[in-house]
Amino acid sequence: MILLNQIIQGVLLGGYYALIACGLSFMFGVMRIINLAHGSLAVLSAYALYVLADSYGVSPFLGLVVVVPAMALIGAGLQRTVLERSARGGLLVPVLSTFGLSIVIDNLLFEKFGADTRSLAPYIGDLSYDSWAITDDIAIGKLAALTMATAIVLLGGIQLFLNRTPLGRMIRATAEDPDTVGLVGVSAERVNAIAAGLAIATVAISGAFLAMRATFNPYAGALQLIFAFEATVIGGAGSLWGTLFGGIVLGVAQSLGASVSPQGFFIAGHLAFLAALFFRLFFGDLGLNLRRVLVRRPQ
Amino acid sequence: MANETEALLLDARGLHKRFNALVVLSGVDFSVHANETVGVVGPNGAGKTTLLSVLVGAHAPTAGEVRFRGADVTALPTAERCRQGLARTHQIPRPFSGMTVFENVLTAAFHGGGQGGDAAYAQAAQALATTGMTSLANRRAETLGLIDRKRLELARALATGPSLLLLDEIGGGLTDAEASELVDVILDLKRGGLAIVWIEHIVHVLLRVAERLVCMDAGRIIADGAPASVMSDPAVIEAYLGGGPG
Repeated sequence: MILLNQIIQGVLLGGYYALIACGLSFMFGVMRIINLAHGSLAVLSAYALYVLADSYGVSPFLGLVVVVPAMALIGAGLQRTVLERSARGGLLVPVLSTFGLSIVIDNLLFEKFGADTRSLAPYIGDLSYDSWAITDDIAIGKLAALTMATAIVLLGGIQLFLNRTPLGRMIRATAEDPDTVGLVGVSAERVNAIAAGLAIATVAISGAFLAMRATFNPYAGALQLIFAFEATVIGGAGSLWGTLFGGIVLGVAQSLGASVSPQGFFIAGHLAFLAALFFRLFFGDLGLNLRRVLVRRPQ
Repeated sequence: MANETEALLLDARGLHKRFNALVVLSGVDFSVHANETVGVVGPNGAGKTTLLSVLVGAHAPTAGEVRFRGADVTALPTAERCRQGLARTHQIPRPFSGMTVFENVLTAAFHGGGQGGDAAYAQAAQALATTGMTSLANRRAETLGLIDRKRLELARALATGPSLLLLDEIGGGLTDAEASELVDVILDLKRGGLAIVWIEHIVHVLLRVAERLVCMDAGRIIADGAPASVMSDPAVIEAYLGGGPG
């Protein structure tokens, strides 16, 4: 029974990881940009929601109505000013530029808010701790369930959007060949700005859940980035359903690891990630895709 | 005079293109009239592909201007020129891999053709039917062989609803039988009233379609006129075969 509970809690934790991985997976898998500022942008939106809640009494869910579009605009702006220029330099330049961006964001947040940890939990009432008791040993947190539901809706929605809508097809075509889309009447700059805006909008949502379920400080982004990255790679870049699966694998591994020893939480998670990475490199299509992406723009 | 301007679809004047020290186009004047089928020949490195790139806006000319349907489009991006009816196929096909053949063509119909909903589906289906790709509609684009990639390249360009189609060596690398099939498709398009500019090395294939022939060499147009007279022009013969001994 305790084992079952560990697995259930791990799956729910995985929902959170899938949610924070959503924007990263979308950018990495579809736009082929590795965004190391991902975690910092999530923390930035967490602070934005915190300020709205603390200073203006706006509930975090209502705050998202403002913060999600604002982050989408920031994403589109970043694409135009930073990501597009650096992506022209190859696969590695965006890694450096977004790493720099994350340092800038972290330190600006530190400058403004200091080192205190904050949380949005006080602003969401009993949702932060309430749960449904299934049996004596197993309880499902309402916030965790909401997180999982959000992850499923968001990842599934984006996957359907990419597969089924004209704009989604346009985003895939642009990622595949930004030079050729012009020949079918698509402006690559505009499409990439929309795609980046969408990706960062999902980051805003994940930032909200980060802040509601736990505490955060200006430097909390790095760990979120690592978990998001691990979930993305385990699930396979390019597949958003895969990211949901990857998040759950990571969450269950961590949860089971934690039941062995307190340090087991991180160790088991990283081990699951490494095992998946090696498997995908040697048996899956990751190695192939990596080589393809690295030699994609020979000029 | 007014009639002549109306019929003038594309008019490029004084096109120069330099890549750093390399001069690829040096003063090209090139025009296409409505319903016209123009073949472009010339030795490798003559600047034929660069000319197409400048016409569609993939490269900005160093000097000169491009007018399409009477308006100056020199500063317009490729996507906008495409929406105005200027389509181009690549010499080496560049399908959007990871998408099906139909999705490739549908994307072109939606955005390049400016169609919405059912009209875009119909236009995409029509482009596939014209090029004989209907049975391959649900194949992933990256699984196609060369001839089908070339057909897809053509179908995708057609789906944008062009009034002028620029073909870059669409017959290159094909067997005679395959090239002949493509020629039949292109002849159909020509009969449908589409203006076509076709760069091709396989001259006898080109001569089946083109009613006007342009020969380029070293970034200039050295002959322009009826196919027979262009092919017998001494300058053209020299460009292809080199000067005589001594």
